[in-house]
Amino acid sequence: MLSRVAHCLYWMSRYIERADNTARIVDVNLQLLLDFRKLDDQSLAEHWMPIIESTGDEEKFLSRHPKATGPSVTEFLVFDTENPNSIISSISQARENARMVRDQITVELWVELNRLYLWIRSTDARDLWRSSPADFFAQIRNTSLLLVGTIYATVVHNEGWYFMQVGKFLERADKITRILDVRHTIFPSKETPRTMSQRDALELSSMLRSCSAWDAYKAAYGAEVRPEWVAEMLIFSDEFPRSVRFCVEKLDDALRRISGVAPRRFSNDAEKLSGRLLAELEYGSIDEGLAIGLHEYLDQLQVKFNAIGAALFNAYISQPFTNLEDEIIVQQEMQQQQ
Amino acid sequence: MAGADGKIRPHYAKFERLLREMPREEFEQKRHAADLSFLRQGITFNVYGDSAGTERIFPFDLVPRIIPAKEWERIEAGLVQRITALNLFLHDIYHEQNILKDGTIPPFYVLSGKHFRREFVNFSVPKDIYIHICGTDLIRDAQGNYLVLEDNGRCPSGVSYVLENRGAMKRTFPTMFEEIGVRPVEHYPQELLKMLQYTAPDGVAEPNVVLLTPGSYNSAYFEHTYLARQMGIEIVEGRDLVVRDGRVFMRTTKGQKQVHVIYRRLDDDFLDPTVFRRDSALGVPGLIHSYRSGNVSLANSIGTGIADDKVMYYFVPRMIKYYLDQEPILPNVPTYLASEEKDFAYIMENLDKLVVKSANESGGYGMLMGPKSTQEEIETFRELIKADPRNYIAQPMISLSTHPTRQDDGTFEGRHIDLRPFALYGEKVVIVPGGLTRVALRKGSLVVNSSQGGGSKDTWVLYGDE
Repeated sequence: MLSRVAHCLYWMSRYIERADNTARIVDVNLQLLLDFRKLDDQSLAEHWMPIIESTGDEEKFLSRHPKATGPSVTEFLVFDTENPNSIISSISQARENARMVRDQITVELWVELNRLYLWIRSTDARDLWRSSPADFFAQIRNTSLLLVGTIYATVVHNEGWYFMQVGKFLERADKITRILDVRHTIFPSKETPRTMSQRDALELSSMLRSCSAWDAYKAAYGAEVRPEWVAEMLIFSDEFPRSVRFCVEKLDDALRRISGVAPRRFSNDAEKLSGRLLAELEYGSIDEGLAIGLHEYLDQLQVKFNAIGAALFNAYISQPFTNLEDEIIVQQEMQQQQ
Repeated sequence: MAGADGKIRPHYAKFERLLREMPREEFEQKRHAADLSFLRQGITFNVYGDSAGTERIFPFDLVPRIIPAKEWERIEAGLVQRITALNLFLHDIYHEQNILKDGTIPPFYVLSGKHFRREFVNFSVPKDIYIHICGTDLIRDAQGNYLVLEDNGRCPSGVSYVLENRGAMKRTFPTMFEEIGVRPVEHYPQELLKMLQYTAPDGVAEPNVVLLTPGSYNSAYFEHTYLARQMGIEIVEGRDLVVRDGRVFMRTTKGQKQVHVIYRRLDDDFLDPTVFRRDSALGVPGLIHSYRSGNVSLANSIGTGIADDKVMYYFVPRMIKYYLDQEPILPNVPTYLASEEKDFAYIMENLDKLVVKSANESGGYGMLMGPKSTQEEIETFRELIKADPRNYIAQPMISLSTHPTRQDDGTFEGRHIDLRPFALYGEKVVIVPGGLTRVALRKGSLVVNSSQGGGSKDTWVLYGDE
């Protein structure tokens, strides 16, 4: 498979997952606001700014919007084409990557992705968003589930497919840590033990819902919402498909399928890093995370995800001779040696 | 569709009846569905210089152009004759240059051609084939004769629309095909692949064939991915390829894999920055060296652009006579060369009646339609021609034949059309029965190019004559 094609498939899949996760975050936080009584500028900013921060775009946001309110934040995260991580940008990027490898993906996948792209740019989408935000986000979530299903059911499970898997699970793992990080102050740590307020409980349950984890949580832990259990489930569960450990397990498997290397062995840094991270998650517990503070712990996880992404790029994608001028000289040298 | 007497011509009779019997609403519904399916599938082209809505569908008209068997036979024979003569001509001018030496074509015209590649004189291209794929634009004059308007022997595009239009028509009118007896076009990709494999360097049993695209911003990118997918070959950009030891490799996740045949959709100038344009970031450094070493084949070959030169077009009937000793089956449109003294005087006197074309432009650019131009435009061209007569030809304004085409208000009106069939030159010449029928959607317009308000129709070649 061409390296460039692998790169496109990887990013297409990542961007589909990114659009899905952003939709989940915005949706849940919009709904959460309905439960609060007092909504002055200050508390609105406290509610929304961490979400902007979780995408790492606060500077861009503040340069475009003076206040963090529901409308300004959703505009920024959903429809703003200048924000590279907005839903509309993610979908456009996914589609652009798909377009570059049209010949490698199925017609079904392309048509669905293209339909989503045409829809999000249409006035229909705007109208639905105005009249019923919940339906709007449901539409995006459902389409991305449809895309995930289409990829699973129509694309040949070959090397390219595993690159898509890597992209999807890396993005999902990363987004889970960011969703948790938005409300990291709720989680107890050694230095600052705290009691939960009612608002904290609401925020935790909304967090679970945004990860489609609400039912799974209740089945596993009962109705009581405790921060350490929530974190345990979203990071360490080996069964829940939106936990970090689950994602890393799939990611690690996909990496080994690409290279054909057996488990517990590695042929490149990406496999080494993902194998090590998987072992940490398999044999670790939430106590370690809370001991150093959840924010710090999540930060470390994100650094590891980035390292895996970079190693993957070096192993398969990165091209040794990219500089045109240098390559021209190489060619001229070679042609003198006949 | 109708003859001069107003009667429906026999090969249109069945379609006309079926269309007449169809309720107007049903037709409109089908049309809407066809448009939507093109949009959904992303069968679009990019409009240069338009940053907002960069993609548009190529407007598609549901009334097909129908060609009876006997008419097609003649077209096919004419195209085979033409591509054969052009290939012999190219081989000659890059080797012995007999046709120049004995003065059949004045050497000046070839040697001054912008796309004549003197670097490739005495270089033998694989299997001696220069033009592998030729898209020849045909028109019909008032008497119903097919005339050649121009040859496209570099990277002709449009064939994906031939195939997609057929797909759309089959979805829209599923029952008509059997009843009317339309010859299929769907085997084009197989024929193309077969031809590409045939041109592989000697001794390569299973050649690795790739399609080289300028990239996803190219207006024909959809076509590139479409053809690559249909042929089951990789589509590559310049940066995916690297030349080592005179061989071309593509960079894959499993290391480098050798490439033997490149179906390139990139002009000569951009192929290799070490040889042609140094600023080309689209090409592959060292590619030409590899090509010259015989380790990789290119389709079309390098240097075919000279045959696209509109001044060379003037000489094609002579080439046919010279190499094949035949009369052209498909005649040229009468043409005047601005660098011939007599023709020059005629052109200068009749600019307001003539169509002037510059020798190396395409896509409807760089031309003057005398009768439809302002005095100022005419004067601008007069100066251009005077400054560089070698670069201009003139032709009388040919009124392209018209064809019933749906208008925005739902009625049908005649609009001007042309036809671009695609000839493949491999072990033998293969022409899929059909081609791209382009239609000028604006009333009275003669410009069918997609970049300038043109649309397309499906082209049906019948098994019989009715």
